[in-house]
Parts: sequence; C-alpha cells; structure tokens
Amino acid sequence: MVTPELLRSYLQEVSDPEIPVLTIIDLGVVQQIYLEDTHWIIELTPTYSGCPAMQQIEADILAKLQEKGVANAKVKHVLSPAWTTDWISEEGRQKLRLYGIAPPVDEPDKSVLFGDAPKVSCPKCNSQDTKMISLFGSTACKAHYQCTACKEPFDYFKCLK
Amino acid sequence: MEQKALFEYVLRMADDSLILGQRLGEWCGHGPILEEDIAMTNISLDLIGQAISLYDFAAELEGQGKTHDDLAFLRFENQYKNALLLEQPNGDFAMTMLRQFFFDAFRKPLFEALTKSPVAQLAAIAEKSLKETRYHLKHSSEWVIRLGDGTEESHRRAQDAIDHLWRYAHELFFEDEVDTALHAKSQVPMLKEIQTAWLENVKEILQEATLEIPTNNWKFEGGRLGRHSEHMGYILADLQYMQRAYPNMQW
Repeated sequence: MVTPELLRSYLQEVSDPEIPVLTIIDLGVVQQIYLEDTHWIIELTPTYSGCPAMQQIEADILAKLQEKGVANAKVKHVLSPAWTTDWISEEGRQKLRLYGIAPPVDEPDKSVLFGDAPKVSCPKCNSQDTKMISLFGSTACKAHYQCTACKEPFDYFKCLK
Repeated sequence: MEQKALFEYVLRMADDSLILGQRLGEWCGHGPILEEDIAMTNISLDLIGQAISLYDFAAELEGQGKTHDDLAFLRFENQYKNALLLEQPNGDFAMTMLRQFFFDAFRKPLFEALTKSPVAQLAAIAEKSLKETRYHLKHSSEWVIRLGDGTEESHRRAQDAIDHLWRYAHELFFEDEVDTALHAKSQVPMLKEIQTAWLENVKEILQEATLEIPTNNWKFEGGRLGRHSEHMGYILADLQYMQRAYPNMQW
C-alpha cells in the first residue's frame, strides 16, 4: 500500500541537481505528503525564490515516483513556512562537509550590518582560520570562502533563517 | 474593487523585482571583479524568483487564466508599474550599488510589514523574500560604505550616483487609492511608515560612508502609473524579444 512514508523513502533517492551528494530529503525541501482526491500531493519549498534547480527537482520527483509505479502524484510549491538551513539534516551536513562544502553554522542576526562573519571551518583541514571572500558564491545559497591555514578556496552553505 | 487594488499592488511589486533583476542581469560577464559579477547575477536571480511568485499571485487575482510569463513578457510599456528608479541605466558600479541600496533599504521594512498581512499568499511571499533581501541589503550597504569612504575617485562616483538617483528614490513611497484601499483593510502598511524606516537606514549608512544626502528634493514620478522614462522601451525590447519574435516559445 502506498503511504506518505513510503513515498518519502522513494524521494530519498532523488538528489539535488546542484549538490548531487544531498538528497532532497537531506536538504529539507520536501514538506507534507498527502492524498488529495485521487492524487498524492508532494509539497516542495524552494531554498531561494530564484533557485533554478526547483523545476529540475520537480521533474525528478515525478520521474522517480513514476519509476516506482506511482503515477498519480503532483508537486505543489509552497512558500510558507519559508525554508531555513535548520532543515538540512545532520546526515546532510556531514555529506556536505565530505563533498568540500562547509555546512551552515548559526550566524548572528543578519540585520546587523557589521556583525562578525561566522566562524566557518575549512572542509579540507578543519581550521577555523578562514575568511569570507564574497557573500555570494557559485549559487545563491552559498558564499565564497578561503582557508587561511591551507589556502583552500571553498564554498560555504550560507545560514538562512 | 478590493481585488483589483490588490492586483495592482502585487503587480507594482512584481514589476519592481523584474525590472531591477533584468538590469542587474546586464552585468553578467561585465562585473568589475568576478565575485561581484556573481553577486549581482545571484541577486538578479533572487529578484526574478520573487517576481515569478508575485506574478503568479497577480495572475490568480486577475482571474483571466494568465501565467507569470504572460505578465512578464506580453504587456506594453504603459502597463508596467515599476518605479522609475529601477529602470535607470546601470551606469558605473557605484551607480548600480546606490540604486540597489536605495531599493534594498525600501524592500526590507516593506517585507517585514507584509509578513503580518492577512493576505496569506502575500505574507508567504514576503516571508520568503525577506530572508534574501537581508543579504542583498548587507551587500549593498557594505559597498556604499566601501565606495564612499574609499578613495577620492570612488567617493566622487558614489556621491555623483546619489545626486543623480535621489530624484527617483522618493517614488518608491508613491501612494494612491490602491494603497489607501488596502491599508483601510489592514492588508498592507502605509508606505509613509516604511519611508521613515528607510530614511533612518539611508542616513546611517551614508553618514558612515562620508556621503551627503542632497538638499535638492526635486522628484520624478510616473512609473507607478505606467509613465516611464526613455530607458524603459530599450529594457522591454531586450526582455520581450524572444516572446515577440516567437510567440509562446518555451525552453
């Protein structure tokens, strides 16, 4: 029998197109799953409003469910509650680190202009002696950092709250 | 009437996001340094994403079965309701950053207020967009300070940008019966209140940047009513080219 839990386990096999080591479940973008009339509704929330990966994720979800024999599924985009990096699972954070992307760390209030940049550990050598190069990295969700100790440039998954 | 006012309100916001997003996109491949090239196009993408959400909502309110693409690509110039500030040419990097700063400092308090709106979809879009806008404002504020309190040349360019853009900034707070109708139902804040927060923020940053607020308060208006500057037609020619040349094309 098809249940929301079963569908969620299928979606554990769908990876993020930009960061393929993460599944969309790890990323926390899949919200409620429920049956509405004859269709399973998969609620999907964007990380950033303009994230170009969302359309791809939607197509991947439907293709995966189709492959598992679930043809009556629909993706519904929801904006509220707004996605936060708190929803990235512990396992997801570990995968990010191994992939060379520093996972989000709690930052002070971003409305404070001169608040110190967060202490981000280098995913290569683990040093906390790192510096921010640019607030905007290869995608909207990442900032560009460099490790002062081992000189490795790396992406930091920005904290979004 | 109320539905119509809400449609107009959402459309004004959507057009602001789209037109500034389009302007920032022009920097792609032309940024002064790679990091800023990427930052400006990232911000552009956020704005266009917000515009999509807003156009979807506007289309729903309008009830004529249109899509966000119809609204973004298939209107005539006088049907776009963005503020004149956002269609002004990029100019140099200082001009782009000052335009961005004036806008971000407006959008942040506006989104904060709209998260409390009883119009659920508007509140949801505001909640989502606010998180992005905080990053945009931090970025543009830091650049205004860096340029203003930088070299003699960067200071001069930043001050020139302020002197040029100041006349357009006031229109962000343009209000008419659209705003009053919705405010009467507590659905949106009055922009006068947002203006107070905006001015406080602007003064603080410009002071830090050793830049001056112009004393000349001459102002231009018209965008909110569909009367645009000479630059708008060129933006639309670029923006709409594919849909006009190949109607209904998709990719």
